[in-house]
Amino acid sequence: MAVKVVRRPELTFMEKLYIPQILCGFKITSIHFFRNLFLHIAHLFGRFKHLPAAVTIQYPEQLRPLMSRHRSRHRLTLREDDTPRCVGCMLCETVCPARCITIVPGEHPDPHVEKYPVRFDIDLGICVYCGYCVEVCPEDAIRMDTGILDLAAYSREEMQLDIHELMDPKLRKPINDCSLKFPHQCSLADGEMKGSWEWLKDL
Amino acid sequence: MMEVLFIKLVLAGIVFFTVLNFAGFHTWVERKQSALIQDRIGANRADILGFRALGLFHGIADVIKLFTKEDIVPEGADKTLHTLAPVFSVFFALVAFAAIPFGDRLILGDTVVELQIAKINVGLLYIFAMLSLGVYGVILAGFASRNNYAILGGLRATAQMISYEIALGLAVIGVIMVYGTMDLSELVRAQGRMLGGWIPAWGIVYQPVAFVVFLTAALAETKRLPFDLPEAESEIIGYFVEYSGMKFGMFFLTDFLETIIVACLATTLFFGGWQVPFLMPDGFHFPGGAEFLVSNWIYVLLGMASFSFKVVVFCWIFMQLRWTLPRFRYDQLMRLGWKGLFPIAVGNIVLTAVLLFVFGRTS
Repeated sequence: MAVKVVRRPELTFMEKLYIPQILCGFKITSIHFFRNLFLHIAHLFGRFKHLPAAVTIQYPEQLRPLMSRHRSRHRLTLREDDTPRCVGCMLCETVCPARCITIVPGEHPDPHVEKYPVRFDIDLGICVYCGYCVEVCPEDAIRMDTGILDLAAYSREEMQLDIHELMDPKLRKPINDCSLKFPHQCSLADGEMKGSWEWLKDL
Repeated sequence: MMEVLFIKLVLAGIVFFTVLNFAGFHTWVERKQSALIQDRIGANRADILGFRALGLFHGIADVIKLFTKEDIVPEGADKTLHTLAPVFSVFFALVAFAAIPFGDRLILGDTVVELQIAKINVGLLYIFAMLSLGVYGVILAGFASRNNYAILGGLRATAQMISYEIALGLAVIGVIMVYGTMDLSELVRAQGRMLGGWIPAWGIVYQPVAFVVFLTAALAETKRLPFDLPEAESEIIGYFVEYSGMKFGMFFLTDFLETIIVACLATTLFFGGWQVPFLMPDGFHFPGGAEFLVSNWIYVLLGMASFSFKVVVFCWIFMQLRWTLPRFRYDQLMRLGWKGLFPIAVGNIVLTAVLLFVFGRTS
């Protein structure tokens, strides 16, 4: 086996004197200091805007641009009549390695659709953001493209999304009002079924 | 008698008002300067009525926070010493400013006002004594906290101060030999001449080696990077690990006060204090005969402006160095102090003595 001898670089005399090296470091920091100071002042007068004076992204006001392939909070895509595209096939619940998805399917009045989710819950406290649910979905019913990354809550219950929040990513807890028309189970009605398919016949 | 007392009180008020505000301002400078060096923006969130003022209000917010925080004295700690330590620290850093001359004589009618709180004829000794006593606060803080890390910090501070105060004192002896006085205002006055009409006779011209040694040892004296071993927040957190609230704030303040006092000392000893090149008490005298006479008021104000400018520049340099250099390892620190600075300072004294013997005293 070949032995590779790595010699540690010895300090040269000039480097051992400290002071020239300190001046070198001083030069680097000073260049940064004066360039950024100049740029900050120039930006105040609207000049040199193409040269950034700092790499900081001022977070709540300014967001880092997301890649198009990013995975963020889930959403359920909708049909034209504002019902979920999901057909309750349970593939995502089955494939989920973290087992954070809970689906209760119900019978859809439309014979071409067969099923729909009465309940669709995702526990974000368990979710690992692997994106398998999106990959596996045959109906393109679940996506992870909301761009919502600032998920934080004071309790585990608040991390559990139900069908309201999944269908409308703009919704944030606490949700007080239920506007879904189709029959579903949600925590707002203590797990009781709410809504009906009556409106579908009117269309 | 009352008049003298009144003048001294006003002077003390002016000096401490300026110095304390400048020290508070330093927190902002530290944040912003480090941000500029590292391509960041720096603290800018604190606002009053939506007005952010480049983050200047963060200093005020800090003080409000420090004053309203719970003050914790650890169980088993010496309560008296624990409370006294930060007071010592700030007190000795503050009283050292008394001997710093920040302007020439101001003539107010019949009275001549020395712009210096206390005209002590061994002013330099007094300042060094106060700086040395300042370490007392640090040691007491480490000693009284009943915390192993704190006592480590205190011990490191002791060792470091002893090692570097010697180099500091020896570096200054060269300057004293050249100008032949320990009275700081006389020392500054002696730096007012021009060598060959062009070069001001400042300490740096006579004692460049002493200046480098002094600057290094002075940096160590401030206990800031690259000599912040007593603090070393990444290893032992330091002598003030058991301090909270404004007691911690006082140690923090001491850091900045010591930076300023060291900047003042460097200005006074090596950069002519309040001297402005070509400015004599009656006005500018340029080589070649050109003259521009100014009144006593303008002369004194120019001197104070010159002094403040030099101090600010030194503070900037210290801050820049603090954000440039990493911390020394403990053995490197001791080696630099005892094998590097100490022999150089002694050699400088010998060389100065020989040169003074050969060429005679300059003044």
